[in-house]
Amino acid sequence: MSESAAGSSLAGTSGRSVSPALHHQFEDIEQQREAGNFGMWVFLATEMLFFSGVFTGYIIYRSLYYSGFAAGSHVLEVDLGAAMTAVLLASSFTMAMAVHAARQGNRAMLLGFLSSTIILGIAFLGMKFTGLNFHPAVDALRGAPEHTVELFMCFYFFMTGLHALHMIIGIGLLGVMAILAWRGKISAEHYNRVEVSGLYWHFVDIIWIYLFPLLYLIGGRYK
Amino acid sequence: MSTAIAEVPVESRMHYLNASYGIKSWLFTTDHKRIALLYLGSITLMFFIGGAAAVMMRLHLIEPAGALVQPETYNKLFTMHGVIMVFFFLVPSIPATLGNFLVPMMIGARDLAFPRLNLLSWYVYITGGAITLYALISGGVDTGWTFYAPLSTHYVTTHVIATSLGVFINGFSSILTGLNFIVTIHKMRAPGMTWKRMPLFLWSMYATSVIFVLATPVIAIAMVLIGAERLLHVGIFDPAIGGDPVLFQHLFWFYSHPVVYIMILPGMGVVSELVTCFAKKKPFGYIFIAYSSLAIAMISFFVWGHHMFVSSQSVYAGFIFSALSFAVAIPSAIKVFNWTATLYKGSISYQAPMLYALGFIGLFTMGGLTGLFLASLATDVHLHDTYFVIAHFHYIMVGGAVMAYLGGIHFWWPKITGRLYHDGWARLAALVIFVGFNLTFFPQYMLGYLGMPRRYAVYPAEFQVLNVLSSAGASILGMGYLIPFVYLLWSIRYGPVAGSNPWGAKGLEWETPSPPPTDNFEETPRITEEPYGYAEPEHAHV
Repeated sequence: MSESAAGSSLAGTSGRSVSPALHHQFEDIEQQREAGNFGMWVFLATEMLFFSGVFTGYIIYRSLYYSGFAAGSHVLEVDLGAAMTAVLLASSFTMAMAVHAARQGNRAMLLGFLSSTIILGIAFLGMKFTGLNFHPAVDALRGAPEHTVELFMCFYFFMTGLHALHMIIGIGLLGVMAILAWRGKISAEHYNRVEVSGLYWHFVDIIWIYLFPLLYLIGGRYK
Repeated sequence: MSTAIAEVPVESRMHYLNASYGIKSWLFTTDHKRIALLYLGSITLMFFIGGAAAVMMRLHLIEPAGALVQPETYNKLFTMHGVIMVFFFLVPSIPATLGNFLVPMMIGARDLAFPRLNLLSWYVYITGGAITLYALISGGVDTGWTFYAPLSTHYVTTHVIATSLGVFINGFSSILTGLNFIVTIHKMRAPGMTWKRMPLFLWSMYATSVIFVLATPVIAIAMVLIGAERLLHVGIFDPAIGGDPVLFQHLFWFYSHPVVYIMILPGMGVVSELVTCFAKKKPFGYIFIAYSSLAIAMISFFVWGHHMFVSSQSVYAGFIFSALSFAVAIPSAIKVFNWTATLYKGSISYQAPMLYALGFIGLFTMGGLTGLFLASLATDVHLHDTYFVIAHFHYIMVGGAVMAYLGGIHFWWPKITGRLYHDGWARLAALVIFVGFNLTFFPQYMLGYLGMPRRYAVYPAEFQVLNVLSSAGASILGMGYLIPFVYLLWSIRYGPVAGSNPWGAKGLEWETPSPPPTDNFEETPRITEEPYGYAEPEHAHV
């Protein structure tokens, strides 16, 4: 309610033309852009520490129970995992292109790349879901002969589950961006939201880049 | 309601309190000053709930066999006291109220960088608080606020999952607040407001925010793991199926030691402001006070193992954690010496906020020095899990953090409300709190040294005298907390109108009217001078 009044008084005092996209607390659009980007980086630092707890647990138990972890890793379908990785990397590319398109102010290109990123993200989750559904890992978890294998499976489900949750949030975020782009709310001057969503998307991809070798490729599978 | 407020003849001026009326204008506000007041109301409620649990514990401990409740209930009481006071009062206390109110004003900004995120953080806090209160009311938890596994994952039958969910959710409100402060301080300083012209309160807020952002996610994941283990019966922490309970302690204390500094750093920031204002003197060693905040934040991440000297942690790790814990005492001591040196030859006046500040310095010093007993490997084996620990951290958290919080509330109250409270009552309350506090917690040092363990519902008869003293002190302390509640509320309606700067203090927040306008400043201020430009006292050459 007071935002419009604040915006106009700001225009009055600074004598600058004020973009409707500018929030009242900022002096100019550049400050707003920097704050948004920096805020996302700080949030990603939080996210990193959030994941660090499970990574620490994984590393400790893997060094304690290496054979159990290797046995657990071997029941995972590595081909499927590799394909998922490829899909996710492709989505990172389309995301980067979407940010580029937003910066150019190219609405059609932006919509195209945003929707392809969303489709690739959904494909990743779909592959993961099929993997879980018919997975020997599920049986291994149910009747685990050894607690250490069970512990590996526990970490597998927990880490990839947490990652999948972040993927779902990311897809929702990109969906919002796509709607905004569709309505023409994203311009070359004000593309910050796409850039910030892109940072988040890349971060979630990077988490997977660590998860894939840690979970799928251990235990001398290719000796 | 709106007419009642409008009738009060403050001024016909518009400010953030009368800019709009009605419940919606508060629940959907994005004004950092209003959100600060929303937080102020909710944490005060939490403080009194947590305090009620403490009152019942102290009543129970008047008799060696326990005077009031069953031992099981006693376990729930101390858990409730710990969970509420730590997560829902102390952590948000100064940052979410005074920090929210002052961070934008002190740097000359109109608001925080992300006002809607700021409002969201309050709703997250309320959600987490509601879930936790539900858990505590519908049967309670008896693990202690530490949720140690495997006790919390396998043995207790109380509401561990709901409580840890509440704590988990509440963590995000801390993260959002910290993120907002960091970005605001980096990106939104007014022209000329360089880092070294920032008030010391902001340095401490910045250091606190770094801990918020980097430590809180770890407790969040630890709470998720506890919930997962309890729900799905997997063995992450349970040694019977391959897990390691000490891992939980590591994850828990990786957050929960830095969180101690989340509680005390803002208090140090408040005291830095109070001491300079009421000594009317530039702070001695500004840059040392500023950097020591950052040093404390940084070192605080590497001392968590001193909570685990008697766990199965390796003795070499113990050495290092002990040495690092001693190291964190250095920046803390720097602050104390600098405050004292600031007082030296200052024109000191003993108004109510200053009484709290002086109380803080003494009590914090005492709490800090007894911390060194606990950071030493050999003495900690004797003192671990005794009332000595309880006394130590209450000197820091109640004698330190709560004193500073109250001092800060008294100091900025005229700015927040535009009204002055009765100074005589305020000084009396500060004195009552100081006396009551010491009578409550000093006997606990002695109890701990004599070997009384914490968290026990019964104790041997020879400890009764000290326990009764402590309970008597607690009743004085409780009265002390009620007095400000009354006269502060009274002042909103009947207090004399405060000018923009009733204390003659320096700082941007004092240059704008009280209460401030919604946008804080008529126009964006430009800063051309160093902070704390108090007149130099004569013969100040030491």
